[in-house]
Amino acid sequence: MAEVTKLIHEYLRHDKKFPHVWCPGCGIGIMLGALIRAIDRTGFSKDEIVMISGIGCTGRLPVYVDFNTLHTTHGRALTFATGVKLAKPSLKVIVIMGDGDAVAIGGNHFIHAARRNIDVTAIILNNSVYGMTGGQFSPTTPYGMKTTTTMYSNVEQAFKISELAITAGAAFVARGTVYHTRGLDSLFERAFMKKGFSVVEVISHCHTQYGRLNRMGTAVEMMEWQRDHAVTVEKAAQMNEEELRDKFKVGVLADRELPVFEDEYGKIRAMSKGTPAK
Amino acid sequence: MKRKDQEKLLQGNEAIVEGALRAGCRFFAGYPITPATEISEILSTRLPKVDGTFIQMEDEIASMGAVIGASLAGAKSMTATSGPGFSLMQENLGFACIAEVPCVVVNVMRGGPSTGLPTSPSQSDVMQARWGTHGDHPMIVLCPSTIRECYDLTIRAFNLSEKYRNPVILLVDEVIAHMREKITLDGSRPIDIFNRVKPTVPPEWYIPYEDTPTGIPAMADFGEGYRYHVTGLTHDIRGFPTSKPEEIDLFIRRLFRKISQNFADMQIGEFYQTEDAEITVIAYGCVARSAKRAVIDARERGIRAGLLKLNTLWPFMRTQVEKVLHTSDCVIVPEMNMGQVSREVKRVNKGAAKVFTINKVDGTIITPQEIMGKIREVC
Amino acid sequence: MSYRYDIRLSGSGGQGLILMGIILAEAIGLHDGKYVAQTQSYGPEARGGSSKAEVVVSDEEIDYPKAMKLDLLVAMNQKSCDDYSMDLKSEGVLIVDSTFVTQIPLQGAYRIPFTRMAREKFKRDMVANIIALGAISKVTSIVSPKAIESAVLARVPKGTEKLNRDALRMGMRAGQKAKQLMASSAVSLIENEDT
Repeated sequence: MAEVTKLIHEYLRHDKKFPHVWCPGCGIGIMLGALIRAIDRTGFSKDEIVMISGIGCTGRLPVYVDFNTLHTTHGRALTFATGVKLAKPSLKVIVIMGDGDAVAIGGNHFIHAARRNIDVTAIILNNSVYGMTGGQFSPTTPYGMKTTTTMYSNVEQAFKISELAITAGAAFVARGTVYHTRGLDSLFERAFMKKGFSVVEVISHCHTQYGRLNRMGTAVEMMEWQRDHAVTVEKAAQMNEEELRDKFKVGVLADRELPVFEDEYGKIRAMSKGTPAK
Repeated sequence: MKRKDQEKLLQGNEAIVEGALRAGCRFFAGYPITPATEISEILSTRLPKVDGTFIQMEDEIASMGAVIGASLAGAKSMTATSGPGFSLMQENLGFACIAEVPCVVVNVMRGGPSTGLPTSPSQSDVMQARWGTHGDHPMIVLCPSTIRECYDLTIRAFNLSEKYRNPVILLVDEVIAHMREKITLDGSRPIDIFNRVKPTVPPEWYIPYEDTPTGIPAMADFGEGYRYHVTGLTHDIRGFPTSKPEEIDLFIRRLFRKISQNFADMQIGEFYQTEDAEITVIAYGCVARSAKRAVIDARERGIRAGLLKLNTLWPFMRTQVEKVLHTSDCVIVPEMNMGQVSREVKRVNKGAAKVFTINKVDGTIITPQEIMGKIREVC
Repeated sequence: MSYRYDIRLSGSGGQGLILMGIILAEAIGLHDGKYVAQTQSYGPEARGGSSKAEVVVSDEEIDYPKAMKLDLLVAMNQKSCDDYSMDLKSEGVLIVDSTFVTQIPLQGAYRIPFTRMAREKFKRDMVANIIALGAISKVTSIVSPKAIESAVLARVPKGTEKLNRDALRMGMRAGQKAKQLMASSAVSLIENEDT
């Protein structure tokens, strides 16, 4: 069997009827492919993995994959993940969110999960818009852009998700794009292997809603935009502020050793029993 | 190991903690709020001792999410809050209903709406406990009126939630939550502890939301080899989202059926001197205690009064209430709200008895004198 | 016929009234073996504001858990004395902290300067509640001195046992003396404690 056929057979649910809900040309499918390849390489068993999502286009992802899957309420995926991980720390918990999910309605949960540095991987597909509900602006919609709730112009400033995660205390933060697919594979792999809160922001596109309103062209053209505006961390280090003005950095933005909540809580258990902490 | 009987003076909130631990609670996520805070504080020191987990979340929405996540991973889980936090929990309480995830939520009621009366008692969340989350869903709500009942009903709440795969709400008023009474923690008395039924079939045969005769499908914990999908979307028997009318109908009706065919198992109450009563008081929580005193006083004065104490508020104890409606001339429903249980009593009355209410909303308990006054007025 | 004995301990937040209520209830309930129900009401503030704890005692299970007509009122400040003294039964007992309570509406109140005693003898106001518990065990017969001592020692923080035992015993002596004075005159006024 070809490698890709093997992966499909192994990781996609056979009893779930395809086709999926995503628009042709959507970046979520590309991200799903990268996720599966990365999981396959890290060697986690399917029983060990819990894949949790919130609401929106990304929220539908877990239904297609053959893991323990949990499709929660809007913005709350990380709270459910916190419970799953603490009740059974042997599980590998991966959370899939969109930009609205993670930093609008779930913004508070996101910064607190990072602050706690709980051993969970959060993957955020950032397409700058609420896609499923019809193209309303999100906290990552850039200033001046058009959406179905900012038909004149978006007057709010956008969140930078990765920078927010770093400030809030995540142990590992990386950014990739669905254009740089192979790069995404390795960012996911590194995030899965990192102990602590790991975040991968995936820059993607919504040509159906956001692209159409802002005359950004087809899915392919929007992916070309990603190619032209992404700068690797290494390359960015050589560039000045002016050169970086309309660019975004991709690659590993933070990778640091910070106390992990579960380890710290282990010390609390030892203290409560009067035994010295290891 | 044989546990020793131990007599203690415990607060309601403390007895709830003891009951939870006895029932096997190993996960608590919560957010500080008066008058429920003692439950968090005590569990934060007790749970790690038994290799359980206590976590203080960023808000009550997160607390409820974490509780559901922990339960899906196999831990008996609970949270505790008061009105404002209970409002925030409604979102994920609905998730626990639709995904059929066992969990226990303690709501120590305070006066409302909004921030209301943080340190004063009230019984004004009876309807919210039943209907607070959107959409059709069944709910089990228990209400203690003694410290003993705080302990027993907490165990019962865990048992019912595990058995019926439904959230169970323990609705407590501030008087009971903060009152102290003697209680013997029954280490030696046998206590039934119910754990969720797990699948025995091989994973490939497992149907996670199967329509069984009991209406309660077996529940696999995450990580046990039964990889299945849990969603807040209306789903088919395999747990996958559906928009087929026949599958939706089957699912929603099963959710109701699993509760409605087992009312007797979850409806707990007490008849006190109701056999010959011309006037019956129907009460719950701390008010049931005032009502009992009033009934005793009335009997001493030669008035044939009785009490039906409700320990289960939902599913509504219709059979028991109808019984006293048919045997009494008058029924009095005293409540620390504008009339929530009395609304149900009137709904099932159908002209059998005259129904009177006492509604007190000033943040103080209804006294025996106030109930006695009503008894005299109506007799 | 069952009996019921209603106690209210009142004053301001920070005077340790709720702890006092718990200890009294434990002494009567666990050590003397009667039925007790202890409740409290308090404002949002941890210090200042009004605070009260109530203990209902009976030889059978208690229905209404709040105090009704009072058999015993302990008032640790003037306001609580003003607010609650009319809730006393005609034969009810009133004990006031005469450090703060100067206007007493009733004849026959036990006036003991709990806070002043705590301050002068132990250099800390916070044991005034323990001194008051000692006095209660002598002025009334609702709790035995032995039970109250066991209950106090079981509740207080480790390392403070001696301090609290001394405070309790000082309260017992003051209570004893107040009772003797009451027997000889209508007003019992303890000015200082030196027995």
